[in-house]
Amino acid sequence: MNLDSWEPKIVAFLCKWCSGAAAELAGVSRLLYSPNVIPIIVPCSGRVDPDLIVEAFMNGADGVIVAGCHTPSDCHYIAGNFKAFKRVYMLKKLLSDFGIEPERLKLEWVSAVESQKLKTLFDEFTSTIRKLGPLRVKIRGGSV
Amino acid sequence: MCLSSEEPRIGVFVCHCGLNIAGVVDVKKVVEEAKRLPHVVHAEDYIYMCSAPGQELIKKAILEKKLNAVVVAACTPTMHYETFARAIEAVGLNRYRLEMAVIREFSSWVHTDKKKATEKAIKLVKAAVVKVADNSPLEPVKSRTVRKALVIGGGIAGITVALDLANAGIPVILVEKTPTIGGKMAMLSETFPTLDCAQCILTPKMAEVARHPLIKIYTNSEVVDVSGFVGNFKVKILQRARYVKIGDCRLCGFCERVCPVKVPSEFNRGLSDRKAIYIPFPQAIPPAYVIDKANCRHWVDGCDKCLRVCPTKAIDFNDEDKLVEEEVGVIIVATGYDLYPAERLKEYSYGLYRDVIDSLQFERILSAGGPTKGLILRPSDGKPVKRVVFIQCAGSRDINHLEYCSKICCMYTAKHALIFKERVPGGEAYVFYIDIRAAGKGYEEFIKRVQEEFQVNYIRGRVNRVYRDPKTGDMVVVGFDTLTGQLLTVKADLVVLATGLVPQLPYELASKLKIPFDKYGFVQEAHPKLRPVETVTSGVFVCGVAHGPKDIAETVAQASAAAAKAMELLYSEYIVKEPLVAVVDRDLCSGCRVCIGICPYGALELVEGKAKVNELLCEGCGACVVACPSRAIELRNYSTKQLLEMVKAVVK
Repeated sequence: MNLDSWEPKIVAFLCKWCSGAAAELAGVSRLLYSPNVIPIIVPCSGRVDPDLIVEAFMNGADGVIVAGCHTPSDCHYIAGNFKAFKRVYMLKKLLSDFGIEPERLKLEWVSAVESQKLKTLFDEFTSTIRKLGPLRVKIRGGSV
Repeated sequence: MCLSSEEPRIGVFVCHCGLNIAGVVDVKKVVEEAKRLPHVVHAEDYIYMCSAPGQELIKKAILEKKLNAVVVAACTPTMHYETFARAIEAVGLNRYRLEMAVIREFSSWVHTDKKKATEKAIKLVKAAVVKVADNSPLEPVKSRTVRKALVIGGGIAGITVALDLANAGIPVILVEKTPTIGGKMAMLSETFPTLDCAQCILTPKMAEVARHPLIKIYTNSEVVDVSGFVGNFKVKILQRARYVKIGDCRLCGFCERVCPVKVPSEFNRGLSDRKAIYIPFPQAIPPAYVIDKANCRHWVDGCDKCLRVCPTKAIDFNDEDKLVEEEVGVIIVATGYDLYPAERLKEYSYGLYRDVIDSLQFERILSAGGPTKGLILRPSDGKPVKRVVFIQCAGSRDINHLEYCSKICCMYTAKHALIFKERVPGGEAYVFYIDIRAAGKGYEEFIKRVQEEFQVNYIRGRVNRVYRDPKTGDMVVVGFDTLTGQLLTVKADLVVLATGLVPQLPYELASKLKIPFDKYGFVQEAHPKLRPVETVTSGVFVCGVAHGPKDIAETVAQASAAAAKAMELLYSEYIVKEPLVAVVDRDLCSGCRVCIGICPYGALELVEGKAKVNELLCEGCGACVVACPSRAIELRNYSTKQLLEMVKAVVK
């Protein structure tokens, strides 16, 4: 891989009620942010399966963001964000066993009005991934 | 998990949105790339896809190219999903076979690099294409509704909801914890800012509830269980024994006269006594006496004096608690408030001295039907009060007690001071306050009137100590006047604490109703601006102080709003719900129950050893999908396979 032309690939799982709405607001507010982050809207951060995050890494993502609602009372589904918190916390511990730096996975709480926070998150996370470089993991003999 | 057996034939429609998209994203390139994607048989761009000609273009392509799925790459679904869904429905396509790729808000509006923005737009289109290929055509979930409402709480909020609904022809079950409806409003003397007598405006409403053929009242009762879902709730109500037959009691009061037990009256907040057989107040509804079993001597020494004097044989010591089951379509929570326990405010010495009282006790003193018949007398020795100190924000706006503003205290204190000045010629009234919050129709004018016309002394500052002068027996209030910078000492006959409001919805009931509440215990509305009376559990509504501090006028407005929202639901023949819910593959399910524990809505149950989703209860969050160890659950149109394909589409 030519490191000069390398661009980080980042997937952001955004809850449609909070961070997804914040992404829409960022658009309406014309906040410019890193084009390396590709959003995938999910009904709730609690829908983000740890498997899905692992698969993202295995298929070429250099970083993954999961963004949900702030507190349990903010969650549209009562406490889906809390479930996401526990799952991501667990997964971060396992990632290093796969040879993936835990910093490549980021969980953040972003409300529907926090478009500025979302922009900062996207930009800062992109530069973190840039510093970490492309993800190279040995999985089943092949390198990713 | 595509239900249709046919091969997907997808059309991709890329919108320019004038220059909003086309100014940054190379739409022609997006179209070219889209054409190469699997299952895409048609792709084109247009300047405004949402316009009538744009929609026609989509419809024409669906018919000509026999498309069975559509991706519109444009703005957000929030903006135009409905527009395009209706367009494709018009030519016979199911609305769930539509996906939108958000290339405006997520790309052209947030990036300036044309190449990168175009690349990102292409990825977003790819993700939408793989998703729509597996979207199942779905029909809305429908269920019939039970046209009946349960109202929890019989204060002014509950009374208003019950009357609004019943007058619109909907049967209502009104459940009240205490022996009478009326709530806190029944305890008030006058109401601000018009000084209407509270009883005079409330008791006719209570009587109307009592005689309404469509309202069934359960007093001394609590809702102990709630199951089911919107339109079809099953509730269990525990009706505590009253020991007096409601229809037979004639309110003669003979029983009360012979009863040997005296206990402090709850209605007069301990300022007078009542008997063990009592009626909370003369206009109580239902109009019947009640026996307070905890204090009655019948169960101690067999006393039956009341039974012997009752002329209508209305007393029945064998009465038992009953568990009643009812089916309702909606539930309205109107559980109201209690005052913050003033004894926790140590510096004000409440509970230590009888002449330091809370605001509801002062209401009882002012009330013509109260313990002093409206005369303002000191509780300790019955001496007429000449000087009174009001302490505002007693508990409210205090990080050690209640962080929030209780909203009504500024106004009721002004009212208290005004009535005091009216009733006690030459009397002096002092009000210690932090800020005066008088936002409301006629409220600011009322405060001005109290300050100027009635000469009530408003002192800006907090009180740090209240104690009793041992020589004179007067109360001494020490506070700091922040406007003059002086420490003030005011002697008073009576000190009235403007205690804050705390919600009294029990935690168990909130969990049974599956409604979230904030850190103080106030019920969380579904949306603070746009859905103020709905909760996240569909079919459960909230109004009054259960939702947050508010005065009577606001409570009544919110109660009528809740009634209107309930009617909207109960007058539709069916409850219609989005079908994007979880489904269980019974062949894969091992019956481990993990999903049942994780579902916040109780939408999953075990049927013949396998999990089953109640489509009306499921809100489609997908928490169970992730938790299922057998991968037996999928979220419709958000399946793991779809999400995985989307991830691959954007990172490959």
